[in-house]
Amino acid sequence: MAIEGLERIVRAHPFFAGLDDSFCKLICGCAKNVRFDAGQYLFREGDAADAFFLLRHGRVALEVSAPGRGSVTFQTVREGEIVGVSWLIPPYRWTYDAKALDLVRAIAMDATCLRQKCEADHHLGYDMMKRFVPVLVERLHTTRLQLLDVYGTPA
Amino acid sequence: MLPRVARVRRRRRDGPQVWTLDIETGETDTATLPGQFNMLTAFGIGEVPISLSGLGESSAASQRLLHTVRAVGPVSAALARLGPGDALGLRGPFGVGWPMAAAAGRDVVIVAGGLGLAPLRPALHHLLADRGRYGNVTLLYGTRSPDDILFRRELEAWRRRLDIDIEVTVDHARSGWHGHVGVVTTLVAHASFDPQNAIALVCGPEVMMRFTINALRDAGLTDDTIYLSVERNMKCAVGLCGHCQYGPTLVCRDGPVMRYDRVRGLLALKEI
Amino acid sequence: MALSRQSVLTVDGLDALIGKLRERGYRVIGPSVRDHAIVYDDIGDVADLPRGWTDEQDAGQYRLRRRDDDALFGYVVGPQSWKKYLHPPHVALWRARRTGKDVRIEPAPEPTERLALLGVRSCELHAIAIQDRVLLSGAHVDPGYRARREAAFIVAVNCGVTGGTCFCVSMRTGPKVDAGADIALTEIVTAGERVFVLETGSDKGAALLADLPHRWASAAEIAEAKAVVARAAAAMGRDLAADDVPELLLRNLEHPRWDDVAQRCLTCGNCTMVCPTCFCTTVEDTSSLDGTETARTQRWDSCFTMDFSYIHGGSVRTSSRSRYRQWMTHKLATWHQQFGTSGCVGCGRCITWCPVGIDITEEVRAIRAGSRAEGDRHGD
Repeated sequence: MAIEGLERIVRAHPFFAGLDDSFCKLICGCAKNVRFDAGQYLFREGDAADAFFLLRHGRVALEVSAPGRGSVTFQTVREGEIVGVSWLIPPYRWTYDAKALDLVRAIAMDATCLRQKCEADHHLGYDMMKRFVPVLVERLHTTRLQLLDVYGTPA
Repeated sequence: MLPRVARVRRRRRDGPQVWTLDIETGETDTATLPGQFNMLTAFGIGEVPISLSGLGESSAASQRLLHTVRAVGPVSAALARLGPGDALGLRGPFGVGWPMAAAAGRDVVIVAGGLGLAPLRPALHHLLADRGRYGNVTLLYGTRSPDDILFRRELEAWRRRLDIDIEVTVDHARSGWHGHVGVVTTLVAHASFDPQNAIALVCGPEVMMRFTINALRDAGLTDDTIYLSVERNMKCAVGLCGHCQYGPTLVCRDGPVMRYDRVRGLLALKEI
Repeated sequence: MALSRQSVLTVDGLDALIGKLRERGYRVIGPSVRDHAIVYDDIGDVADLPRGWTDEQDAGQYRLRRRDDDALFGYVVGPQSWKKYLHPPHVALWRARRTGKDVRIEPAPEPTERLALLGVRSCELHAIAIQDRVLLSGAHVDPGYRARREAAFIVAVNCGVTGGTCFCVSMRTGPKVDAGADIALTEIVTAGERVFVLETGSDKGAALLADLPHRWASAAEIAEAKAVVARAAAAMGRDLAADDVPELLLRNLEHPRWDDVAQRCLTCGNCTMVCPTCFCTTVEDTSSLDGTETARTQRWDSCFTMDFSYIHGGSVRTSSRSRYRQWMTHKLATWHQQFGTSGCVGCGRCITWCPVGIDITEEVRAIRAGSRAEGDRHGD
């Protein structure tokens, strides 16, 4: 797909709302269109975190498997949201599985490429941080609520 | 203060340790409002407040009311064991219900957590029975796991309707679950309503309500359009025993449904 | 109290008053010495009254002492209040009998006993008026309380002495009886004789007076009765400057003083038991061994217990800090919002009978000392 098409998609994605034109050009150099069928994994726990995904269509389950309990989904992510924050910080390794629940269309951002550009241009790096940190904080907060098990039957 | 003798007609399992009792009250003309509760007595065990979770098939001889009970304490466990024909004591209905009149002409966002769906169910019936009076109707329901989803068949039937948006999320799930996973607050941002002309009805554990209210405010709802159902220890249900105090309010008399701007400060306090 | 012309009763006249009340079918309850305290108990005649006794009270302290005279009402208030009789600690509500699948509920009979309360202080009349508001003025009333209350005959006694823990003047609830009594007495000594200056506050009171040997009070006797109460008012042991207290407490719900008082408070609930306005109750269901008969009893409860705030999963108020805060802010602040009146009458019982001597007036002062700014308030 032409770069112009990717730029239009990236700029229209809620995660990149209000993105500066020059930043958009920079990161689209690291972007490509991807699709996953239902049941296919975007990545698995332990793999190198070499990308993150802007979801355009479909939903993705984030899972952890535990012996005796099978795969437990702790979060689902849908279009307009992103999958993957581990690419930001060393050791750049996925700590859970990401599985497509339906047909998923997404933009995959090459992490190595993006990290280099962020290193080279700290303004871009700061812009990325400002977009990713709220996602991290939100996930920390919702995890806390899940830990409270507020609907659980009291012992 | 004196209960009347009511009778269980039917009993249906609605989740782990959760039972819905269809109760013949022996009365014919008692008006109930969505969000109100009755005091139910298991004879010899005790009495607990239980919200109305719907209306049964009333006859000329008797009204039928539904109550959904989770067997967590001695009284609720005894109530949950009652079968068809068994007697129980009933007093009520009591309390201030959901603001159905104020909801007319507006988008209605209903956010339920866990068993909190039960007191909201009559409100949903009310909205759907007179669907044209309201704008968008959205139900956001969060619970612990797919097995804990209350009124599942009814939710599925509602989902087939084209005039109500329903989103269900669970805190965690095995791989068989195809729906959303995550806390209910995350659904608010995806719901479609006009914050300038919407009203929100919230019921669930207090923590869940606190964070849901934040999400609703972030979505643009004002404090005077958010209603919540407060839980405190209700013993007498008629404002005489002092147990259900919540700051300056008595929940049985001034609630259980309260407008958020009136209890904003209380919700932020611990052990109040 | 709409003043009647004042009369004088002798001690024998007071004895006749007790007798006439009994003749009219009243169970007369009044002060009597028992277990080293002045309690409210059945009274047959003046000999049952605490003649020549007084009480010394301070935070966590109560002692009976001999007076150097024969005063019948020369004490302040004891551990009990009249709620023991008007809003009793245990009340049967109903019984249910089961035969097969059939259950019949029988309400407990409404109380028919008519009580005459003798020796009610002004603070206690205000406390009764507060319980009336709570239990009788809402959408639902307590039928047992209503029956006992409507049948009651009240003989009030103006205070001639003040206890070390009294603060009725600052609560505007005494020491002079101003409303709510059928008869009000002031004990004075005139020309070497102990007598009672009497006013009536109701037709019932006037009718009873008509049956008693009495004479009109002289100007000197009226003046002395006034002076007795004025001396008591001037000797108040404590003070709770009350007007801004509701606001003050509600904007200081996170004041460090709550932690401080929690270090001392035993959450024993004594203050709620002796308080003449504390009205909280719970119910207990009991059942016969074969399960065919069950009964529900209402009994006093206290916001200091853990169970009080129990909702499924646990109690809302687990710390003693939160339970003391609940009690005091309810009494002095949120009671206004709930019932349109303060919940405190300044009788001082909660101070006297607190085993560790926590003083509600001192706690208010401490909160005032480190208060948050005005207009900055929780719970709004």
